Amino acid sequence: MLRFIIRRLLITIPTIFVVITITWGLIRLAPGNFYSGEKTIPPAIEKNIREKYGLDKPWYQQYGRTIWNIVRHLDFGTSLKYEGQSVNSIIARSLPVSATVGILAYLLALIVGIVAGSIAALKPNSKRDYASMALAMLGISIPNFVLGPILVLIFSLTLYWLPPSRWNGFPSRNVILPVLTLSGLYMAYIARLTRAGMLEVLRSDYIRTARAKGLTEMQVVIRHALRGGLMPVVSYTGPALAFLVTGTVVVERIFVLPGLGSYFIQASLNRDEPLILGIVAFVAITLLLMNLLVDIAYAYLDPRIRY
Amino acid sequence: MNDDRPTIPDDRSQPEPGLTPDPAPSYREGDLIHTAPEFALADADVLAAQRGDIIAGTSLWRDAWRRLLKNRLAVFGMIVVAIIIVASLLGPFVIKKLTGMTPDFIPSSSAGLRSIPPFRAPDGSFSWTHPMGTDNQGRDLLARVLQGGQISLMVGIIATLVSLLIGVSYGATAGYLGGRIDNLMMRAVDVLYSLPYIIIVIVLLSVFRSQTARGQVILLFVALGSVSWLTMARIVRGQVLSLKNQEFVLAARATGVSTPRIIFRHIVPNTLGPVIVYATLTIPTVMLTEAFLSFLGFGVTPPLASWGTLATDGIQNIGIFPWQMVFPGVTMALTLFSLNFLGDGLRDALDPQGSRQ
Repeated sequence: MLRFIIRRLLITIPTIFVVITITWGLIRLAPGNFYSGEKTIPPAIEKNIREKYGLDKPWYQQYGRTIWNIVRHLDFGTSLKYEGQSVNSIIARSLPVSATVGILAYLLALIVGIVAGSIAALKPNSKRDYASMALAMLGISIPNFVLGPILVLIFSLTLYWLPPSRWNGFPSRNVILPVLTLSGLYMAYIARLTRAGMLEVLRSDYIRTARAKGLTEMQVVIRHALRGGLMPVVSYTGPALAFLVTGTVVVERIFVLPGLGSYFIQASLNRDEPLILGIVAFVAITLLLMNLLVDIAYAYLDPRIRY
Repeated sequence: MNDDRPTIPDDRSQPEPGLTPDPAPSYREGDLIHTAPEFALADADVLAAQRGDIIAGTSLWRDAWRRLLKNRLAVFGMIVVAIIIVASLLGPFVIKKLTGMTPDFIPSSSAGLRSIPPFRAPDGSFSWTHPMGTDNQGRDLLARVLQGGQISLMVGIIATLVSLLIGVSYGATAGYLGGRIDNLMMRAVDVLYSLPYIIIVIVLLSVFRSQTARGQVILLFVALGSVSWLTMARIVRGQVLSLKNQEFVLAARATGVSTPRIIFRHIVPNTLGPVIVYATLTIPTVMLTEAFLSFLGFGVTPPLASWGTLATDGIQNIGIFPWQMVFPGVTMALTLFSLNFLGDGLRDALDPQGSRQ
């Protein structure tokens, strides 16, 4: 197990640098830069700015300096657009917003998805099964940027129950709609995965044994079937995290939340190089570490898996 | 995964779960048995068929087709997808004939220069001219939704083809060569899997932003195709691993066929079932990603429009003119819904043992 973790970490570190290099290269290869915007800057001023940010040096020196700062100080430099703000401080400020919405959405999706999937699996091909699976398919098919505005239309603009946008700290009613919007897709996926996993497990011998022992259906499902039936859900956690990042970008845009995704989109549109690089690297590191955790959890839950 | 499935000489020997075996054929004396000419039966075979010993003309594909037709949701999906494809291709012409509306037509009178609700004329009376209403400039929404469908479907299909091309070649090569090369190639896929690829696509699309709308769509094909091949590569590799030690590959190798030829002429055609299933499920995913990118402003650019951009435009006015978002959004959701059901049905039909999810 320890060897597995060490080996995975050894792969993870070069991967992060590959991501940083690809992103850096993409930004550099593309024509134009942050300063080639609509307003032209006098050559003398542009020269000064370039010197200040080290953009007058040859590309390998710039690359080397970027990497060195990241390795040595975990420092991604300062934003070009938001003058005087370091990329690190922007990430530190916006991460809590994204993380709150993301984690709450995933928890909600887990609870609803597992319950719905189990209910469907207990009576396959019943009306209940078809209804929940059709609902799940609907959840997969509705883009979240359509779902969000529809929820706003219903709950904010028609019923006046919930605020339509803006961030107001964590325990506030502003969180509800973004979380609902973001969790729709995962709910649907988790329900489908749970159903498939449970169907398989419920057919197996040890469930028959549990039933033969005279356990109640509730005990059979919760104590015996769920542990095996949820394996596909656990392995979906990795991809789900990646999609969560994507989803957050949209949700933050719809509900005007000052999260990581909003800053990333702004940075991409502004060609704010250090900020793009910083956010991409941060997200990549987070995802890779989370995937490692998921794999460890997987091995822990399923004794048949040994690395 | 059932290893000898692609050759299926007789899948009756292993009845698949959830399937009732076909009833024994009841041929009567004098019945005509329809078979393809190249498989014309000898007299002895006809006699055997009459006894019920062999079943005439059951290929993998015909079997799968029959199973697919039994699945009501999949048939529903297939019909809806067919209708939407035909409507997107022919609809704009039909509408032009019927109501004289084109997707870009902006009325010259000031009365029409605003968003009109569905089935209303500019003066508020009932009218067939705009079944979905109009957008802010008074353009007919139905015509725009149908034309947007062309772009959305095209992005979905072509990007899927790109991913098919990369994924199948990559997976087949890795699987067939095996050993250290396979290990290296699949480890690279593992690494790519864990990357926030959509983030990289956004960087790609924003820095290489094309000046023309057509250029941007082509960029979308490449960007979406080049990030959605990973699962395809894994599936194909798994298939190839189970196929490569079979006799027909050995025979090809023994007769001196070159390695690329073995991979692409002998092995890849046998992986077609799972590949078709996964490709069908990739199309809605890609379309969703395109819509997502368009929503963020990185996707299709004017004058071209996709369902994603139309819905995005509608969102701006959702409180006042809800139809501007509802019609493109619902059309798109319906299409994705149907494609997903069709893909699920295909998976059950072509790969009964692999239908786990």
